[in-house]
Amino acid sequence: MFITYHDGSSREITVIDQEVPYPDGKLIVSRTDTTGVITHANQAFIEMSGYSLDELIGINHNILRHPDMPAAAFKDLWVTIQSGKKWNGYVKNLRKDGAFYWVKATVIPNIRNGELMGYTSVRRKPSRSKVDACTALYAQMKMDVPS
Amino acid sequence: MQTYTLSVSPDFSPEHLSGWFIFNTWLQKSLATPFHLELYDEFELQRRDIQLDKIDLIYANPYDAAMLVREKGFQAVARPASTSDEAVIAVLNSSACLSVDDLKEGVRVATTHDPDVHMMGMIMLEPADLDRSNVIVTPVHSYVIVAKHLLNGQADIGFFLKDAFHDLSDLIRSQMRVLVESQIDVIHHTLLAGPNVQHLIPQLLDNLLQMQDDIKGKAVLESMQMTGWLKMEQEDTEFMIDLIDTLIE
Repeated sequence: MFITYHDGSSREITVIDQEVPYPDGKLIVSRTDTTGVITHANQAFIEMSGYSLDELIGINHNILRHPDMPAAAFKDLWVTIQSGKKWNGYVKNLRKDGAFYWVKATVIPNIRNGELMGYTSVRRKPSRSKVDACTALYAQMKMDVPS
Repeated sequence: MQTYTLSVSPDFSPEHLSGWFIFNTWLQKSLATPFHLELYDEFELQRRDIQLDKIDLIYANPYDAAMLVREKGFQAVARPASTSDEAVIAVLNSSACLSVDDLKEGVRVATTHDPDVHMMGMIMLEPADLDRSNVIVTPVHSYVIVAKHLLNGQADIGFFLKDAFHDLSDLIRSQMRVLVESQIDVIHHTLLAGPNVQHLIPQLLDNLLQMQDDIKGKAVLESMQMTGWLKMEQEDTEFMIDLIDTLIE
């Protein structure tokens, strides 16, 4: 699959079936603008995604979207946060090197003086049982509605 | 002249608290304004006085900071430089558990009423499919008592503020080991000013930021085991509140 960066350049990522374990105790933190473009990324995000800070800032968060994730999961995310609510879910993320890592993600809208300014996303280590359940669920969703 | 009240989140060891008495003396001199330092053994008692508007300036943990800003009109002034709040889950040296994944339903948890440390501790249990529905939580009043519960066999794991864990005596700490430690980096205590002292904020902030460049100020910082203060912008505060919101179930 092809990834396009914010400067217009693009590269092909070869998706490989290799999981990178989520480290104990770490939180991945990022912020985006209202369209999903990354404005802030912490060190854990850089380490787990495999991208540099320069590569992450300014690019859409969907750079992490793994082809095994059903489109319906992200649709639910956007419908939820655009209505001003918090979204929780389990997400399989694509690394720059084509490997993947699972997270338990929470996204909330950033409201300042009553105005939506962007979103904050925090990811943490999921349990293996939840990952296994979501692996099966998302595969079924992909079969039911191919993207 | 009116005397204002300074308070500190009750999650610090006596060694840290002695530094806050020194800070209060420095504060009064630097602002030429009387402050009384009110300390609490329990979070509940401090929160009661917050609700009664008895506290004007407070060094608050991140969880309480969110409540103080949103519900009580406090404004973040500064935060300590080069430090963040992290949590530790500890077990006895003799425990068979080598990682969080080894913990089972029914595990007995000793914790304090420190809300952010408890929250971080519970988050670190999630990878083992543990949550408040399947663990036995015993809240106690201090980290020393958390350690005692472990040593006495009344708990299998204990939640500690990382700094508080390392402040335990060598004798106690040497009988325990860290099972997992948070690496969150972006959550920290904050000095907040209430509505009654907002007129003091510009001078207070100037004085805080200059402490590390002044011999007396530097000595005060050292007594608090701090290296300096960083200004908290409004957006810094909002960001931390958003983060706390993402972590609360």
